[in-house]
Amino acid sequence: MAEPQRARPKPTPETQHFWDGAKAGELRLQRCDACAHVYFPPRPFCPSCASRKVSIFKASGKGFLYSYVINHRPAAPGFTPPYAIAVVELDEGPRMMSNIIDCPQTPESLELDMKLEVAFQELDDKITLPVFRPAKG
Amino acid sequence: MRRNQVAVVGAAETTELGVIPNASQLQLHADAALNAIADAGLKLSDIDGFATAVETPQQVCHYLGIKPTWVDGTSVGGCSFMLHVRHAAAAIEAGLCKTVLITHAESGKSMIGKLPRSIPADSLQGQFEAPYGVYGPPSMFPIPVLRFMKTYGITHEQLASVAVIQREWAAKNPRATMKDPITVADVLNSRMIAYPFRLLQCCLVTDGGGALILTSADRARDFSRKPVYIMGTGESVETPMVSQMETFNSSRAFKVAGPLAFREAGIAHGDVDHLMIYDAFAHLPLFGLGDLGFMPYEETGQFIADGNTRPGGKLPLNTNGGGLSYMHSGMYGMYALQESVRQMRGIAPAQVPNAKISVCHGVGGMFAASGTIVFTNER
Repeated sequence: MAEPQRARPKPTPETQHFWDGAKAGELRLQRCDACAHVYFPPRPFCPSCASRKVSIFKASGKGFLYSYVINHRPAAPGFTPPYAIAVVELDEGPRMMSNIIDCPQTPESLELDMKLEVAFQELDDKITLPVFRPAKG
Repeated sequence: MRRNQVAVVGAAETTELGVIPNASQLQLHADAALNAIADAGLKLSDIDGFATAVETPQQVCHYLGIKPTWVDGTSVGGCSFMLHVRHAAAAIEAGLCKTVLITHAESGKSMIGKLPRSIPADSLQGQFEAPYGVYGPPSMFPIPVLRFMKTYGITHEQLASVAVIQREWAAKNPRATMKDPITVADVLNSRMIAYPFRLLQCCLVTDGGGALILTSADRARDFSRKPVYIMGTGESVETPMVSQMETFNSSRAFKVAGPLAFREAGIAHGDVDHLMIYDAFAHLPLFGLGDLGFMPYEETGQFIADGNTRPGGKLPLNTNGGGLSYMHSGMYGMYALQESVRQMRGIAPAQVPNAKISVCHGVGGMFAASGTIVFTNER
């Protein structure tokens, strides 16, 4: 029997650009052309002012650790506990859920407000997942 | 909505609570409904309005043999029943129906006839949360806690004291699942579930159900039970994705629903004799105390640790033992409502002497939704 797999996202027409970006090594966000609001998750209109004129752009990939848990049980398929489930606040404003790689999964190593930078994990030939690691320097 | 125009005239839980291996989820709805109808002294044929969550109104109405002229299937998680009370009160006042039955039941532990819960891979949660290893409420609901603690200087010991004090209330309640006393050290040494939360800071998983019957305050005078009036109500939703909350320092849904109910009731915080704050996890009472405006967030942890919410304290909170010690079938809101009604009737196992106003505050999902009901036993 195959090992249980980590949940795989399935893109929709509204989110395809995000997943295409991740595959190309870019973290893509959207900005409203009318009011300049930057938002996530993807949608083809601005959730702040309702304008349909929005643009996709490459985000800096920089942010900080906003909050997290270290999950012990029950563990999700494809994960070995304990593992941190984090929320990262991006320099552009939006927050996203993520995992923190290249860092011990302990309260001592995972300090709130620590600087993070995006990295990309290829799950399969369709999906590459943005994750974060402690920022260098 | 005008205050005190609608009253609870029937209230009951399932005959058994805890582990119920001999009944399906649908039958637990019926058991709670039949108990509430008996409590009110009504017949099934008197019910012309019906509300439930997760199960559909058509499923439960057909099973019970009810022919409603008004239904509400609002399903926003564990506080759905607070929203049902609010909607039912409005419907009764508008003349859409006269006597509303609200049911909840969940085979949360035994999983008999329980509808599957799954997150589609192409939903926003499936794309932007599930791939990072969230797996059930314990991995999601506590995600805001560390930020809340850092912002307000809340300690692990204070968060542990929530479970300790609720166990004190549960010890007074024969129907509570967990009654043995615990200490802060016991909580902090219980097994880790999702740091910073340990087993004793996470809700129970049990089977059970409950039902309420509402009618107009004028008709309520003819019932044998002491009417419990709906004094104020509030509701809101924020986001199904915990990662997308506006802030982890408060709950927007709480901050909308709670104050709405207080304004409608025309009460101040000092008027509250009894308080229920849905405690799926130990941080929720702290969010609730702050978001409902009882005190600054910085003081919430110490307020509980100092014993202000324990038996004999100045603000009795979660007096049935809460989701942490009484029971938690998955959607606990109905049990919080039941305890508020018992307190207003004066028949709670851990009765707050002379309580006249009870505030019952619920959460749905992971801070996704909220509903608040202010009850009173005086018109």
